[in-house]
Amino acid sequence: MTALPPNKLAAEFDQLLVRIHEIGRAVIAVAAEDVDQKARFPTESINALKEISLLSAYVPRDLGGMGLTVTEIAKICEVLGHYCGSTAMIFAMHQIQVACVVHHALESAYFRDYLKELVKKQLLMASATTEVGIGGDLRSSICAVETSGQAFKLTKKAPVISYGAAADDIMVTCRRSADAPASDQLHVLVRKDNYTLEPLSGWDTLGFRGTCSSGFVLTSSGSVEQILPTPFADILSQTMHPYAHMVWGALWLGIASDAVNRARAFVRAEARKNPSLPPVSSIRLAEVDTVLNNMRSNIAVAVQDYDKMRSANNPEAFNSFGFSIRTNNLKLSSSTLILDIVSRAMLICGIQGYRNDSKFSLGRHIRDAYGAAIMVNNDRIMLHNATMLLAHREG
Amino acid sequence: MSVEKVREILSQHGRLSISVEQITNDGDLYKAGLTSLATVGLMLALEDHFNVEFPDSLLSRKTFGSIESILEAVAQLTK
Repeated sequence: MTALPPNKLAAEFDQLLVRIHEIGRAVIAVAAEDVDQKARFPTESINALKEISLLSAYVPRDLGGMGLTVTEIAKICEVLGHYCGSTAMIFAMHQIQVACVVHHALESAYFRDYLKELVKKQLLMASATTEVGIGGDLRSSICAVETSGQAFKLTKKAPVISYGAAADDIMVTCRRSADAPASDQLHVLVRKDNYTLEPLSGWDTLGFRGTCSSGFVLTSSGSVEQILPTPFADILSQTMHPYAHMVWGALWLGIASDAVNRARAFVRAEARKNPSLPPVSSIRLAEVDTVLNNMRSNIAVAVQDYDKMRSANNPEAFNSFGFSIRTNNLKLSSSTLILDIVSRAMLICGIQGYRNDSKFSLGRHIRDAYGAAIMVNNDRIMLHNATMLLAHREG
Repeated sequence: MSVEKVREILSQHGRLSISVEQITNDGDLYKAGLTSLATVGLMLALEDHFNVEFPDSLLSRKTFGSIESILEAVAQLTK
């Protein structure tokens, strides 16, 4: 790994953020409204991210990537959230898949080569976890990988594959074999040339419309080396579950911050009309700012905690109920706070926030915000926590 | 404490995908369909029957990995 002094790395990262903000203003924000209206994939936005090699941001430096930390990836998600929730969500979901490979498959020559290819071609990775007949329980699969010698075949009915039609490669969960129990799962990378997607359902939703999370029957084949060398249960507990809730929380924070920025601009405009007396809405702004700050702190603490746990190199720690509960709490609180914050911003902007045709419009923000509690339903998470809390002794 | 009792509790609360009779004492319970959430019910039933309390340090994937490791944990707690 190329070792750069920390201050140099920090300066490089700051420059990168400046560049992402530029792309955000020039490309992503410009496309956001059309992406939302037409529920179309934000091609120009994702291409702009590819141009600065952002899709390999989490790939280690020795494989050609940027080797960023989780903290830095979360920061990028937040920045993207300011400009377009769907683009930020696609970026975040892609990074979750990259992290699964980086954390759990680097001992495999196949996956090291795959990551080098991802760096070069800026491949977009999608995920097929949920399944028709099971729903959102990630720890159960009906479909199974069928191996014969070095070859495999895998077919999955997925009610949702976010940006499936636009992705290059897809990570698929399945049972280890046709006679394995539902919970004995593997994680398999299927490559663009070796799978077909037959549409099952569309994606006409309130928010996150640009993620194009349609349903598909995925039919794939490949070589057994494309199966990740770690059981999916471990990939989920050590990486997919915590990483997802951190990067989602971060991009929701970006959406919430942008809503507060619009409210701030609105209050300032009001204040200019009568500079000697602060407008009533300024109190509301002060209020929502403290809530935003809580959301930001929750996410920062979780990300630091995770980075620390990763460097402590103790995989068993990720299997503890305490860690799962904390991760779930992060999701519950960030998905609730985004809606709270955007709603407060809406009250501040009033009719100007409610309109779709004003520069203070918060329509897309509030529709995206409702999605946060729905994607991996909060009630399901709450029930898991309720069960685990029966066993967990120390808070 | 008996291995039979642990097997009985496991069959009642483990929500396994195969019957407990098919599992050897050192067989991998996760491969038999045990999930992390199902270990909670299993733990509560073990606590109730053996009148013990599992500390957080024993609530790991390893503790519930096999009938043997459950027996070991219960033995440690009833000492």
